Amino acid sequence: MTNGTNDTKGTAPPPAVHAEGIVKRFGPTLALDRVGITVEAGDSHALVGRNGAGKSTLVSVLTGLHVPDAGQVSFQGAPAPAAGDTAAWQSKVACVYQKSMVVPDLTVAENLFLGRLGSGRIRWSALRERARDLLAEYGVDVDPAARAGDLTVEQGQFVEIARALSFGARFIILDEPTAQLDAAGIERLFGKLRELQRQGVAFLFISHHLQEVYDLCSTVTVYRDARHVLTAPVADLGKAELVAAMTGEDAGPQAAGWHAGAAAGTGDAEPVLHAEGLALDGVYDPIDFAVRPGEVVGLAGATASGNTALGETLVGLRKATAGRTLVGGRAVRPGSVPHALNAGIGYVPEDRHRQGLVLGRSVAENATLSVTDQLGPYGTVLPSRTRTFAERMIASLDIKTSGPAQPVSDLSGGNQQKVVIARALAREPRVLVAIRPTAGVDVKSKDSLLSVVRGVAERGDAAVIVSDELDDLRVCDRVIALFHGRVIAEFGSGWSDRDLVSAMEGLPSGGGKGAEE
Amino acid sequence: MSDTSQLTADAAVPGAGRRPVPRIQVGRYRDLSLLPVIFVLGVIGFIVSPAFLTSDNLIGVLQQTSELSLLVLGEAMILICGRMDLSLESTIGVAPVVAMWLVMPSSGSATYHGIGLLPGWMSIPACLVVGLLIGGFNGFMILKLRVNGFIATLGMLTMLRGLQDGISQGKSIVEVPASFSYLGKASWIGAPAAVWICLVLFALGGLALGYLRHGRALYAIGGNTEAARAAGIRVDRITWIVLALGSLLAAFAGVLYVGHYGAVSSTQGDGWIFQVFAATVIGGVSLNGGRGTLFGALTGVIALQLVVNVTTLGGVPPLWDKFLYGAIIIVALIISRFASGEKQD
Repeated sequence: MTNGTNDTKGTAPPPAVHAEGIVKRFGPTLALDRVGITVEAGDSHALVGRNGAGKSTLVSVLTGLHVPDAGQVSFQGAPAPAAGDTAAWQSKVACVYQKSMVVPDLTVAENLFLGRLGSGRIRWSALRERARDLLAEYGVDVDPAARAGDLTVEQGQFVEIARALSFGARFIILDEPTAQLDAAGIERLFGKLRELQRQGVAFLFISHHLQEVYDLCSTVTVYRDARHVLTAPVADLGKAELVAAMTGEDAGPQAAGWHAGAAAGTGDAEPVLHAEGLALDGVYDPIDFAVRPGEVVGLAGATASGNTALGETLVGLRKATAGRTLVGGRAVRPGSVPHALNAGIGYVPEDRHRQGLVLGRSVAENATLSVTDQLGPYGTVLPSRTRTFAERMIASLDIKTSGPAQPVSDLSGGNQQKVVIARALAREPRVLVAIRPTAGVDVKSKDSLLSVVRGVAERGDAAVIVSDELDDLRVCDRVIALFHGRVIAEFGSGWSDRDLVSAMEGLPSGGGKGAEE
Repeated sequence: MSDTSQLTADAAVPGAGRRPVPRIQVGRYRDLSLLPVIFVLGVIGFIVSPAFLTSDNLIGVLQQTSELSLLVLGEAMILICGRMDLSLESTIGVAPVVAMWLVMPSSGSATYHGIGLLPGWMSIPACLVVGLLIGGFNGFMILKLRVNGFIATLGMLTMLRGLQDGISQGKSIVEVPASFSYLGKASWIGAPAAVWICLVLFALGGLALGYLRHGRALYAIGGNTEAARAAGIRVDRITWIVLALGSLLAAFAGVLYVGHYGAVSSTQGDGWIFQVFAATVIGGVSLNGGRGTLFGALTGVIALQLVVNVTTLGGVPPLWDKFLYGAIIIVALIISRFASGEKQD
């Protein structure tokens, strides 16, 4: 529990933020148990921990949304403003969330000065001028007259950062800022952050993506189960140690590190899933591939590569403009989810909040959403059977919940994702199509989710993982890399990270076919 | 796999007893939250007037509730699956009028002349078919043309009211076929047939929403349409059926209304949609979809009607009725907001 930072007082500038002994309870749950954190001025500090470790609660405390039950927070040596004094908090700290918090129908300029447009008539030209100056000051290349909803995720984040800085804040919290960005966007974001760091802005960076912690941050703090575990310079901490600190176990380096063996994909077996010249106009070009029993195939690609759309076509959410999908040699009716389900295609959607879960309903209802026809005779759904079914899923996937009747919104991210997977597996699909199955879940849940996907293949069925996460793709026997709607490279199980990443970025390492676009 | 789950997952182990029961009771409790209100209204009614607790009065309240409650039943299902239909209040009037227009002879002693296309016994089926067509057209606009459901059904509300005025020449139709008025005025086992029919329909609806896969699907569709679609639920088809069913129920409410009052009134259902929404919302159905039960909606209508009855018996002039309706809605909303602890936005 040592922070080891107070020796800097007097000589160096005071830390951008210093919190100690923070306790926060929500009813019976202890969300933060005497934790502390110190972010030096101009530092870039990572906060990592599994879901439920208390990161979000700490963010709420540091941004003044929650009043801690005990403990103090200070900014640049001065005690934190009173609770509810929004203006004072805004001048100290800002948080940039995963989801953009700008108002989409207002212009960038209005968003920047929202709530402080001044009294009297709005002088539009002056407002735009001020916005332009502000954006230029922080080197953000965005037109102040543009509609905020038309910005890319990355531009939206820049605007939010600029807005925060214009309030005078010199400490910014970034909550999973890279989740919606592709690699180039992440690089630009990091470049901007480093630049701002040189101007003395301090960052608290929250991410599940450990590589990013190593790329960007100089110090890392680990929380586990509402407690502070360690704070150390990133350079002194190996990845294995970091993961061990997060999970509290002496896990070997990368527990999910089993590269799929070459044994899978028995040569000439009848393919479970076969795409024949499948195409979607303007999104991806005709593609052929087959997935054999026991095989996991990865469809790799960055945000605009069309791999997500391809996955959604396979499961029937989009209707292909050409070609067809076959499961076990039989064509599946295009553009119909029920037909795809009945043909044996299970689907783990990309965004569990948007497509995966009905948040207000129970774990049992969500887990059985696609099998309601099997829960009773004559179109009935019997509560007892639903509960039994859900209990079986909860036990087999190790979902942490107080019971099948608990609302799914009460679960942590990793467990919510397990419910989504439970739903996909409920029909015992012959092929499981999972789009970014581990987005926004912690390291340990990630491993267990991926081993579930792998398990589908091991029992003789097949799986397709659509992702740009190397950890997801590592469990695949083969990886097809897409770039701008066409296949740019294909890898066996022995690919190197660098080759695959460069392929997803449009640079095939070997051949160089159709790379420039 | 089991070590890590011991702390929290013990309730999930199959056969570990009846752990989920307390949670289920909390859910039920929310459903029953209007029952104390109804009880208090009953006590007030008893204090205010000795006539309140007579079977004549209570049956009268129930009969007046029956037509409104069918609209509430339809609207509650539509709201649960995340949609909204304002045109129900016009359907209750226009469907019987169109049916009369089709069955009434074009000449004769009756004051209203139709086109006499169908025999008299076809009046109820014709009325119900008109309801289905209206609901189907609402569904077509909302689901196929993708226009805003609120505005589309607002337009339908006005248009159908105008259609009724046009066809009936703005008059009430007092001669209706005997088969048409039977259900609304018959009495079965000591209570009006309409009351029994409504109870049965609510029971069927409640069972369907609780125990049928397509009924359960309404909650999934209303809670998160995208997730329901990704789970293989035929979202558009089911929503369409629910919209058609809502209008069908409204048309059937029209049949009961005509039987009850003995004529197709030209203002039949006028302004009811506010009461329908009030009853559904104070009955705990969420305007955002995905939450609520039909039992709750039923207690909502009954509570609303009891307020009117109690104030009438208490000698409050009927001119104050609207004021009371508004006040009861606001008070009930505030109470249920704090009783359930959930925001209603």
